[in-house]
Amino acid sequence: MKTIMKLALAIALVLSFTNAEAAVTLNGAGATFPYPVYSAWAFDYNKITGVQLNYQSIGSGGGQRQITERTVDFGASDDPLKPEQLQKDKLLQFPAVIGGVVPVANVENVQPGQMKLDSDTLCKIFLGEIKSWSDESIRKMNPGLKLPQGEITVVYRSDGSGTTAIFTHYLAETCPAWKDKVGAGKAVKFPVGIGGKGNEGVANYVKRTPNSIGYVEFAYAKQNKLDYTQLKNKAGNFVVPGFESFEDAAESGDFDPKKDFYLWLTNAPGKGSWPIAGATFILLAKEKADVNKNIVKFFDWAFKNGDNKAKELTYVPLPKSLKDKIRAYWKANGLQ
Amino acid sequence: MAILSKKNPIDLLFSVITAIASFSVIIFIIGILFVLIKESSLSIGKFGIIKFLTSTDWDPVKESFGALTNIYGTLLTTFLSLIIAIPVAIGIAIFITEISPNFLKGPIGIAIELLAAIPSIIYGMWGLFTLSPVMSNHVEPFLKKITAGIPFVEILFRGTPMGIDILTASVILSIMIIPFTASISRDSFNLTPSVVKESAYAIGATKWEVIKNIVIPYSKLGVFGGIVLSLGRALGETMAIAFVLGNNHRITTSLLDAAATITVTLANEFAEADKDIYLSSLFYLALVLFVMSFITLAIAKFFLLKAERKYSR
Repeated sequence: MKTIMKLALAIALVLSFTNAEAAVTLNGAGATFPYPVYSAWAFDYNKITGVQLNYQSIGSGGGQRQITERTVDFGASDDPLKPEQLQKDKLLQFPAVIGGVVPVANVENVQPGQMKLDSDTLCKIFLGEIKSWSDESIRKMNPGLKLPQGEITVVYRSDGSGTTAIFTHYLAETCPAWKDKVGAGKAVKFPVGIGGKGNEGVANYVKRTPNSIGYVEFAYAKQNKLDYTQLKNKAGNFVVPGFESFEDAAESGDFDPKKDFYLWLTNAPGKGSWPIAGATFILLAKEKADVNKNIVKFFDWAFKNGDNKAKELTYVPLPKSLKDKIRAYWKANGLQ
Repeated sequence: MAILSKKNPIDLLFSVITAIASFSVIIFIIGILFVLIKESSLSIGKFGIIKFLTSTDWDPVKESFGALTNIYGTLLTTFLSLIIAIPVAIGIAIFITEISPNFLKGPIGIAIELLAAIPSIIYGMWGLFTLSPVMSNHVEPFLKKITAGIPFVEILFRGTPMGIDILTASVILSIMIIPFTASISRDSFNLTPSVVKESAYAIGATKWEVIKNIVIPYSKLGVFGGIVLSLGRALGETMAIAFVLGNNHRITTSLLDAAATITVTLANEFAEADKDIYLSSLFYLALVLFVMSFITLAIAKFFLLKAERKYSR
């Protein structure tokens, strides 16, 4: 009996020591979209450094609120906060990873990537003004395709999401009618169509409904082999969604450290840019210098070593030029 | 004070502990109500009560919120699910209490209890992946076909059958509330004194006559209370229908259209509500649901108590 007691005591002691050593725990909360890549990075980082990173994917709105109230060490958000807002709440902000949104359609006899659309037709489809795939404006862009007569069903996200925010931001930026009638946001009042819950909900309805169109995260479209479309970008070229076109968008996007990187990456000007992309952001509390240093260490490590992991999970790593800008921003704010 | 008059300290301690346990429930309820009112005060101040309850606008971008589409969706899905569930549930109860041979009573009773034990998210997934395609490919086209040309009824089945609509959500809800209604009805039927039933059989009444003239009139109030209780459950059900209702903030006349209920709106929009007034309006919706549930429960209790009093005489 005594030996068992001793053994238990010894184990307890060892455990308490290891705990004391791994005392650095970073708590973050926010956007659901980057959750898989953050947790993959955190897992690898923990193996190397022993630093524990807990990330709770409670949604971007929640992330913003939690960091504003200082209940977490860092917040994460799919939509950037404006510099004035950051100033007011004493926050710092930088992008961490890029994602894209792609329109997916279910049109008979059309293979993934075959259909070409531009912002005007996409906008009119989602406004309910273009009702059929054989509409003249679509036929003109796709002379080689045999397009069906049936009525288009629009599928949108029924839950509030960063995906909707990026998508509606793109429509509002490129299409004045959308801006007037609907606007941009995580949840908007869609004039036509049906709502699916989550990427899986939208994908499921698009797959099942002939002549439908919806929008999902690129990662989701790729993993589920959905029929994505090409889009005409700002430079006037039709582009296929993929790592290259997202990276091009990220490189041509004007992320300005002076504005705390506030930027919607929609309608990027690069020649090969995919027009519906967006960065997801990290928010830090200005006064928590020590904690911030640890968080910055983590992201610095991730920027150096995490690109492959991110690509594996179909996220687009930040281009090198942007990473350098972020490192300069950290230095300027005394975080590195 | 009766509880304090006892001399024994252990008795006293025991009474105090049980009293604390009971009062904590009341404190929780008041606390929740207080938080709901506090969090929604911004929205109450901006939209008022009448305007919020009667406005059909739900536009997060323009920051204009009204609850009517949500209330409409909640009431409509609940009502439809009751229409589907009540006959089935009462049928089950009659079969178990009056018709079924003894050896079948156990298995059927257990099956019903199992149905009640399935977590609602499972109904949700099943609804999205299994029921919804069946509804859109078979049931809804059939309903459209047989109602085509009938005035008024036709309106109910307008539009493309998508399987993500009020009808599908109501079917799922009805499956969820059948166990409640059935078990309460069964218990009420069992309250019918066997002396009365036996007398009826003795004067030559058939089984149908006994059920119609003795059992059902006798247990009316209890069954009604059970129905209102399941209504309460249907009002608050969330995950089972969040996937198949589409969260569409419009008032529609067709059962094949998407809609939104209060709970589905909360589940879909709470996590990403970024503006204060948006979040506050969601709390306001929750408050509306709280009051609605409270009223239904009060009605149910009223009838159940009345039924109890009637039979205990």
